[in-house]
Amino acid sequence: MTTTAPPPPSARGGPGVVHRVSGSLFRHPRGRLGVLLTPPLLWLVVAYLAALVALLVTAFYTTDSLTGQIIRQPTLENFQTIVTEPIYRILTVRTVSVAVLVTVIDALLAVPFGLFLSKVVSRRTQGFLVVAMLVPLWASYLVKAYAWRTLFEDGGVLDWMLKPFGIQSPGFGMAAVVVVECYLWFPYMVVAVFAGYERLPNTLLEASSDLGAKGWRTFRSVVLPMVFPAIVAGSVFTFSLTLGDYIAVSLVGGQVQFLGNVIYNYVAGSANQPLGAALSMIPIALVLLYLFLIRRSGALSEL
Amino acid sequence: MTAYAGPVGAGEGQLNVLAWPGYAENGSNYKQYDWVTPFETKTGCQVNVKTFGTSDESFKLMQTGQYDVVSASGDASRRLIYGGYVQPVNTSLVTTYPDIFPDLKMQTYNSVDGVAYGIPHGRGANLLAYNPKVVSPAPDTANWGAVFDANSPYKGKVTAYDNPIYIADAALYLMNTQPDLGIQNPYALTSDQLAKAVDVLKTQKSIIGEYWSDATKQIQSFQSGNTVMGTTWEYQVGALAGTKNPVKAFVPTGGSTGWSDTWMVASDTPNINCSYLWLNWITSPSVQAQVAQYFGEAPANRKACALTAKGFCTEYHAADVPYWKDIYFWNTPTKDCINGTGSDCTDYNDWVQAWAEVRGS
Repeated sequence: MTTTAPPPPSARGGPGVVHRVSGSLFRHPRGRLGVLLTPPLLWLVVAYLAALVALLVTAFYTTDSLTGQIIRQPTLENFQTIVTEPIYRILTVRTVSVAVLVTVIDALLAVPFGLFLSKVVSRRTQGFLVVAMLVPLWASYLVKAYAWRTLFEDGGVLDWMLKPFGIQSPGFGMAAVVVVECYLWFPYMVVAVFAGYERLPNTLLEASSDLGAKGWRTFRSVVLPMVFPAIVAGSVFTFSLTLGDYIAVSLVGGQVQFLGNVIYNYVAGSANQPLGAALSMIPIALVLLYLFLIRRSGALSEL
Repeated sequence: MTAYAGPVGAGEGQLNVLAWPGYAENGSNYKQYDWVTPFETKTGCQVNVKTFGTSDESFKLMQTGQYDVVSASGDASRRLIYGGYVQPVNTSLVTTYPDIFPDLKMQTYNSVDGVAYGIPHGRGANLLAYNPKVVSPAPDTANWGAVFDANSPYKGKVTAYDNPIYIADAALYLMNTQPDLGIQNPYALTSDQLAKAVDVLKTQKSIIGEYWSDATKQIQSFQSGNTVMGTTWEYQVGALAGTKNPVKAFVPTGGSTGWSDTWMVASDTPNINCSYLWLNWITSPSVQAQVAQYFGEAPANRKACALTAKGFCTEYHAADVPYWKDIYFWNTPTKDCINGTGSDCTDYNDWVQAWAEVRGS
């Protein structure tokens, strides 16, 4: 067996390079932090932010209609188009409305479900339910969206189930989009809310009860204020993920379009990347605005 | 940029093909439809095929510079030429060129100033398809009115092609039914005429269930009964034959939009020999006969007609020059009206914007 351990410093007449570096890192915590953080930060900046900026910068360019090439002369033309053409306002309002609706529905479902999961069921059942809740997150997004397509289609599962009641499947359209978005992002909301309930000590519920509060009173005055930041944290996911989705919309939306579909068409389809880039500023701005609005609720520390 | 001087030597060993679905089959869809593998065996050029659903997609993909040859329709080819993404083609290096139907050569969509930019592949019309089990009586064959009728009994089950170029279908319908609008060519529209076409499409939207741009998805939609009527290609009609919902399809007597495709060579291809070997292969009579019958289109090589099933070329009007006069092949709208009537036409960016308005509203 050979030994790879370096000889003691004294034997070499002074500390080696490795020792000197590690020594100086030990003495300088900031340097240590710098070395540790540089690679991931570089990756983030170069691979992610730079690519994003490269895309967004084109928002200030235009496309030559004849050659399809990007004309690199800064102009605000695209933003002017977005503001003056009513269609983009319609799309934005529609997309945001659905994102809000999906968030509200998911929250309304997650609040009682989370309470049940955290405070009512036994530990064993809880573990099982938490896994059941998370499993869909590990399935491919596309598979789930396609599965819903077969549910909603003409003569599909939903049609078959509702027929005895004399109801037809709503088919592809806005209703289907709302249902599928709610389904897709529900786990994010419920995980956040569940975590919120877990942080709520049972002793508080007992104290409330000791003071004479009934179930509803306790829920409104004790539980809700405590889990509200968690709901808001979950809403960041449901809101922003719905806002940016276009694949599920194109699969089950019938002729319905979201902002994301139009951006996709411009960037990947119609070869008008500049206009698409300008349009993509809308959801980015909306999400930033949303984060700004909720930062005071304390929800961001829940994320 | 000048065309390849030749001579066409040994292949470079690789060829990246960008094609409409059904144009470059390698046996992976159906074992018996395979004209890519024999090409690989013969030339040693390994072929990677990438398919696309719309001309815009093909244009976008060609911009990446990752493909050597592309089957471009007229609404992409002009942009490809003017954008410098494809190179002139030396037709003397393509032995099949003399056999190509003359009315396909040197058209506005495949040549500039008398310089050829590709070899014609084949042509066809966009068809009005309907499911005869549901749509009865059969739609009026005079024009495309059946798919633009706001009071259609098939509301929610009509489909349309999801691309700005579909505006031309509405323009053609207006050309047939409202001659006083003065539309002479569905790809040369003034802004007023474009606005009228957009109105037609917005009305149509109330009866559309789904728009389609992916042939496979449209087949599925017809098959499941979600769609019962709308514009399609022979390819889908063929694929639906023998399923539980086969469709009937026709070209209205008032004409139709259509496509005339051209094989083009990327300007910076490192596989120039393989590219020319491919041009020769894909336009050779036997391959043309296979592609035309598989996809359902009129072959560009007249010698292919001897190798197709009896009556095929008559059915598809391969040599029927007057027939094609009523088929308006996809073209790229430009400020200078493509029928030479002036320079106050709407360009493709206007069409893209107009289409966004139709789809998003």
